[in-house]
Amino acid sequence: MVMFWVAVLAISMLLYVLLDGFDLGVGMLSGVAGSEPRRHSMMSAVAPIWDGNETWLVVAAVSLFGAFPAVYAILMSAFYLPVLLMLAGLILRGVAFEFRYKTQRMRWLWDVCFSGGSLVAAFMQGVMVGALVEGLPLIDGRYVGGEFGWLSPFAALCGVGLCVGYALLGACWLVKKCEGDVREAAYRLIPHLSVGLLAFLIVVFAYAVLENLPVMHRWIERPYLLVLPATGALAAIAMAVGVIQRQDQIPFTMVVLIFVASFGTLAISFWPYMIPFSITVEQGAAPESSLAFMFWGEGLFVFPLMLIYTTISLSVFKGKIDANSHH
Amino acid sequence: MEADPVLLARFQFAFTIAFHIIFPSFTIGLSAYIATLEIMWGWTGREHYGRLSGFWTKIFAVSFGMGVVSGIVLSYQFGTNWSGFSAAFGNIIGPLAGYEVLTAFFLEATFLGILLFGRNRVPRGLHIFSAIAVAVGTAISAFWIISANSWMHTPVAYEMRNGVAHPLDWWAIVFNPSFLYRLTHMLNAAYLTAGFVVLAVGARYLLAGRHLDEARTMVRMSIGLLFVLAPLQLFLGDQHGLNTLKHQPIKIAAMEAHWDGSKPGDFHIFAWPDPANERNRFEISIPRGASLILTHDPNGLFPGLTSVPKQDRPPIHNVFFAFRIMLGIGFFMIAAALFGGLLLWRGRLFDTRWYLRIVAQTWWTGFVAVIAGWVVTESGRQPWMVQGLMRTADAVSPVPAATVATTLAMFVVVYGIVFTMGMYYINRLIAKGPQEQLVRPPKKFSAGPLAAAKGDA
Repeated sequence: MVMFWVAVLAISMLLYVLLDGFDLGVGMLSGVAGSEPRRHSMMSAVAPIWDGNETWLVVAAVSLFGAFPAVYAILMSAFYLPVLLMLAGLILRGVAFEFRYKTQRMRWLWDVCFSGGSLVAAFMQGVMVGALVEGLPLIDGRYVGGEFGWLSPFAALCGVGLCVGYALLGACWLVKKCEGDVREAAYRLIPHLSVGLLAFLIVVFAYAVLENLPVMHRWIERPYLLVLPATGALAAIAMAVGVIQRQDQIPFTMVVLIFVASFGTLAISFWPYMIPFSITVEQGAAPESSLAFMFWGEGLFVFPLMLIYTTISLSVFKGKIDANSHH
Repeated sequence: MEADPVLLARFQFAFTIAFHIIFPSFTIGLSAYIATLEIMWGWTGREHYGRLSGFWTKIFAVSFGMGVVSGIVLSYQFGTNWSGFSAAFGNIIGPLAGYEVLTAFFLEATFLGILLFGRNRVPRGLHIFSAIAVAVGTAISAFWIISANSWMHTPVAYEMRNGVAHPLDWWAIVFNPSFLYRLTHMLNAAYLTAGFVVLAVGARYLLAGRHLDEARTMVRMSIGLLFVLAPLQLFLGDQHGLNTLKHQPIKIAAMEAHWDGSKPGDFHIFAWPDPANERNRFEISIPRGASLILTHDPNGLFPGLTSVPKQDRPPIHNVFFAFRIMLGIGFFMIAAALFGGLLLWRGRLFDTRWYLRIVAQTWWTGFVAVIAGWVVTESGRQPWMVQGLMRTADAVSPVPAATVATTLAMFVVVYGIVFTMGMYYINRLIAKGPQEQLVRPPKKFSAGPLAAAKGDA
């Protein structure tokens, strides 16, 4: 039962990162769009699906609270500021999405909210991952690091890294969905963003291995697991080929593969810890009766249904967007 | 003055949850009204029911969207503000909160989409069914979160091991002793809230001489509903109060500002409670009124505030005055509903303009009563987070006061923007009024509640 909820949580988080990742990325890129028609195309490329994407953030939160309350309590109190800033960023950007078309005079302000909110949300998510990899100061299962305990150069680097990663996801999505000069501009950005992301991933992986002996042992004992980072590297090469040949579908598929590989690499490095080297999956899990109570409703029905809903939304919205459509 | 992090954390949570409760208490009631309109439309075939249903569905979409957005914040705040509580009681509250959130998203993923976008695309029967499913679903969502909240007032069927609550019997946890009282009181409040909004909009159109068919239907239907539900709320509230007296007598003592339990209690129409001297000032009271209500005996006794030490007493001003605001609005609602019923019976409802002028302005009554009611029950539980088991001071996250104050200011600004825009948008929809049915299919696929309202606003 614990493993079932680990799987639910992992799938929810991965889906969130992939789905909201590309629309946060598009949000950040819209800040440098340059012109209104371009910005309009970019926003149309995510308009029908962005709120569906964000539901995975909520599914992840309630799965964490319900199935791993101890971990939820530690993480939320440790990440008080980043979580609340992330939420404020997400709300502002959601509102900006809906209201920018209602005004001409104030549109610039909503555009700032849209790209700024996306940037803040993405940066905070990266910071939290970084702080978690570095390790949180805990005493008796309570966070004792203070309100800025999560802030460090490494965490900030991870924040920047995730912004670059999301921007790359966003650029690849734009290549897939748009035509004309938006597609061209996105193609030109992809090489810069992907080099930045790969450099960042290598730094983080090296840091995790060198700073934490248990992580190093994991990789030395089970070298076959290196297939994951290797998949990421191959995907990066395939993406480069796709970009050179201007094959619109390939870059997004490949960047998704890179993200899945990185996510898997991170998870394997620290398994079975949920909070590295303090709380394991078993220690963080709710008792069997709580997990079973949730399983019969949420696990068996709602979660599969959310997966189906996401699949249908994405498949209805496939193909290039119509550049002349009005939001 | 040294800021108190517990007080600030409470204030922040109160702000975000009070903002949130506005939307569910409206959408639960409104979805039931939309379902009724859909059924009437299917049954009678009269087109103005269809126009009304389409009109309120758009307003429902905006409100549901704002409810979801403000709810997302809450699903994180259990941890950011109350990590001590989440760690100790997450095994019980977590799954219940999970069911609430996922019920809401289950709806959004299925029937809400059909209700919002399916009008001209799916068979009429399926559309009616979706409207009913959304109405039932929003009530089920409330079912779960009220269950979690009630358990915090009347915890049962748990075992504490190393400071962490473990569930023993889920049936008993879900149907804990105060649950059904709180649920019926809250659901009825939601129907009353929406009823007064619909009444106000109908009355405005009548006064302005616009959309007369629809306006008469709205006013007639809402008066019919309120005539039954407003008096019923008095009964449900009374029952809830008696249940509270059994399980949380000190909350009742604070509601009645009753200090000395050795004497029968008066009902104070007004008073200024003075906690330092343990008495009331400026009392205007009905002698033995509180004893009569609570024990059905003018000489009956019930515990007073002084029966527990000062540190175990709730903040009496919040509880006492919020209770009076709720009661005052409740009696206004009953009067308005009964008088409206009388006018309807006499056939004078649509041309008694002074009455319409009043109810056209009182759309907000349900919202204020709901928030006041929640202040009574939540402040009345203080100083406990979970009655008798965990103090709020032990539940709070280790976050300094200045940080909480900063994020509180941030939420006030962000929610201020969201709320202003939402109200502006709903007002525009109301000003425009019910429209002829769209026959052309929408141009492109689009998901999300706000997108639905956007179609032709």
